Amino acid sequence: MTTLLEQEKIQQQFKERMNEDELLNCMRCGFCLPTCPTYIESGYKESHSPRGRIAMMKAVVDGIVEPDEDFERSLELCLGCRACEPVCPSGVNYGHLLEEARDIINQNKKHSLPVRAVRKTVFEGLFPHQNRMRTMVGLLGFYQRSGIQTLARKTGYLGLLPDNLATMEKVLPKVPTMKEMKNRPEHLPSLSEKVHKVAFFSGCLMDTMFMKTNDSTMKLLQLAGCDIVIPKQQTCCGALHGHSGEKDSAKELAKRNIAAFEDLGADFIITNAGGCGAFLVDYDHLLKDDPVWHERAVAFKEKIKDISEILVAVSFHKKVKLELPPQVITYQDSCHLRNVMKTASAPRTLLGAIKGVQFKEMKEADRCCGSAGIYNIVESEMSMVMLDYKMVQAKATHATTIVTANPGCLLQMQLGIEREGLSGKMRGVHIVDLLAEAVK
Amino acid sequence: MLSNEVKDKLISIVTKANFDDSKMERLVYSYDATPNFQSMPDAIVSPRNTEEVSAILKICNQYGVPIVPRGSGTNLCAGTCPTEGGVVLLFKHMNQILEIDEENLTITVQPGVITLDLINAIEAKGLFYPPDPSSMKISTIGGNINENSGGLRGLKYGVTRDYVIALEAVLPNGDIIRTGGKLAKDVAGYDLTRLFVGSEGTLVVITEATLKLIPMPETRKTMLALYQDLSAAARSVSKIIANKIIPTTLEFLDQATLKVVEDFAQIGLPTDVQAVLLIEQDGPPEVVERDIEKIAEVCKQEDAVSIQIAATEDEAMALRTARRAALSAVARLAPTTILEDATVPRSEIANMVKAINEITEKYQLTICTFGHAGDGNLHPTCATDARNHEEMERVEKAFAEIFEKAIELGGTITGEHGVGAMKAPYLEWKLKKEGISAMMGIKQAFDPNNIMNPGKVFAKDSKKRVVITR
Repeated sequence: MTTLLEQEKIQQQFKERMNEDELLNCMRCGFCLPTCPTYIESGYKESHSPRGRIAMMKAVVDGIVEPDEDFERSLELCLGCRACEPVCPSGVNYGHLLEEARDIINQNKKHSLPVRAVRKTVFEGLFPHQNRMRTMVGLLGFYQRSGIQTLARKTGYLGLLPDNLATMEKVLPKVPTMKEMKNRPEHLPSLSEKVHKVAFFSGCLMDTMFMKTNDSTMKLLQLAGCDIVIPKQQTCCGALHGHSGEKDSAKELAKRNIAAFEDLGADFIITNAGGCGAFLVDYDHLLKDDPVWHERAVAFKEKIKDISEILVAVSFHKKVKLELPPQVITYQDSCHLRNVMKTASAPRTLLGAIKGVQFKEMKEADRCCGSAGIYNIVESEMSMVMLDYKMVQAKATHATTIVTANPGCLLQMQLGIEREGLSGKMRGVHIVDLLAEAVK
Repeated sequence: MLSNEVKDKLISIVTKANFDDSKMERLVYSYDATPNFQSMPDAIVSPRNTEEVSAILKICNQYGVPIVPRGSGTNLCAGTCPTEGGVVLLFKHMNQILEIDEENLTITVQPGVITLDLINAIEAKGLFYPPDPSSMKISTIGGNINENSGGLRGLKYGVTRDYVIALEAVLPNGDIIRTGGKLAKDVAGYDLTRLFVGSEGTLVVITEATLKLIPMPETRKTMLALYQDLSAAARSVSKIIANKIIPTTLEFLDQATLKVVEDFAQIGLPTDVQAVLLIEQDGPPEVVERDIEKIAEVCKQEDAVSIQIAATEDEAMALRTARRAALSAVARLAPTTILEDATVPRSEIANMVKAINEITEKYQLTICTFGHAGDGNLHPTCATDARNHEEMERVEKAFAEIFEKAIELGGTITGEHGVGAMKAPYLEWKLKKEGISAMMGIKQAFDPNNIMNPGKVFAKDSKKRVVITR
């Protein structure tokens, strides 16, 4: 519950902090409506559309309505997939409006004690500290390898978890050991004629739970002619914080990352997670009120490139022979990779270049799978509706491999495969892992 | 506010789940795509069938509650803005395609069907429904019928009106009537079908429609012609048609539009030319080939400085980019975008564009003009800022002069957006007092208590006509 006093404070901050030009830029043409998953799945409810949400934000700023429970609910249910942005004739930065609104609400709202404790642990205690991330994932590794996992599964203890969390537990990747996680070198040389020096943004989850995918990324970059530098000072990108109304923490992480990467003399900063990449290219917006950091953020963002983009740019797929056993594959866009980083054709170009596979586009590959950061945990009901729809489209291609370009999407696809009872017949894989597999 | 009595009665018809009067729900149905119009309804009601619509209308008629039928709210005339409050009627449950009749070439739909869904369903069967308003990805057929929507293909194929052949409609007193049929010929009484199409929800609530379909054209070809001289472009338009060729699409962009499109999209458009025509023809391959050749020849004779004909679908897409990006490009210039649709006989296109340019100059505004040159339907689009009241006054004066000029040239104040609340004050300029009173008579016959979308089409006060001093 939000108290009346909290509502008043929220309203006041909306007046002070929301970008009025951006709100006015929405001309209410409605072109965003057909792209919005929550508008469609809510049965065409305007209050769950981008146009409706912007109208509500503006009405709160204008004092026409109070930021009530319905308003908060509408903002909570938004996936933040930003599919509304590429189709907007006026170019409204909906994602920025959403982030600001969520931040205002979060800063002025007293969460219940357990929620506060979880938020503090996750946002302050865990993600910004790579050593703790390693410990955490290390514990998961212990759980997986020690026999406790088998025991937990057999005793039915997992049945106490909500359905999709129990399923999620099954689809988590086999994580590396603590030792493996600590042994990441800081420099890796090109394995062919050098064309670029690149820096690698390793990410917090990607460099622990999905370390194998980072290894594949390194291998591809080396083969593509890149000298790689992986600065140790880098940290979590802050996307999770930014999207959950913890903007100040996100700013601190952004500054640490900018400082870590700026003097490396790299041509590009490479990411392999659409969710992180999209947040990194928005650092200039995040730090817009700080002139010195803003300038440094602009220099930083201009170097950000997704792994697919650089591989296509250096003609990796033409230089290196890629081949796999015959199979049908399909690709699920990462919303942030597509809608914010504007990378849509490069992954498809790479997949199309693998000999032996048949690439089949699924219907509405650009529609969110429902993963959306921690959305599949906090809004699991809507998330599962979206996932079930996604699996219908995926199955219709008869693909045995679903390729993604972001860890959240990958886990969600694996969850979908598990839910459909297709494990063993269908697999979800990160694009770099598939490419690494295809390298002959 | 609705009285508890009315509220209870409406809930008893549609159930609680389909009635909403919370503040946020009312807020998000307080607007449509028209700038500067916002007004809160009292409730939102979503009927599930025609009988429920009938019961709702009876209650509203009895208690004098305004009814505003609404599709996706993409219209540009404030036609669905509940300016007098009341009940917004949503058709999210009435969104089924009821039948595709391949023998009679018709489709029967409920009003909530999305236009593009309808198009996809019939194109899968090799059939064609030509009206293509630019909002068709989300607009509903009910909205299209009520606004008589146009689109890019109007020149050759006509508009929504030309495809509606039968309707089911509910009168304000609750009576359910059926008009027309799956018939090419039908002269049994007044043509109520045509009357209801474009009536903007002011007469009846449409609950079902049967639309005429035609066979899908076999091929399509696209070309672009650039001009240094506006009247040369306009002459080309007239001459193409004088040569007995009716292209599917004959779109026009003026220099101001070209400049902002190039700034925005950077697709290598020449910004030193005065006008661009985007031309498309469809039909059997040999006819399309012959027509496009002939059109190119006409354009050359009329001093086109450059002509590009697309050899592939990808090239065609590239040529269409400029026209498709026009609205986006203008919309990004300033926070408020006012998109108008003054329409003239196509022989007057050059005069109209010249007049728009002079008016823009006179009032010191940013107005870019693009639109459907083939049918004389232009979209002078103004990039402005609603917060700047002084400029907004100039915008209003400029558009008043544009409407005046359009009428003087034998045209109209709105070609395809409708009158709604936005153009209502100008309607008398076009229709004269007698025309308004004839229409008013029809309105009163159907809706004596004035509950059907009140405040639309008929204004309380007409605007004073501007006197042009030039």
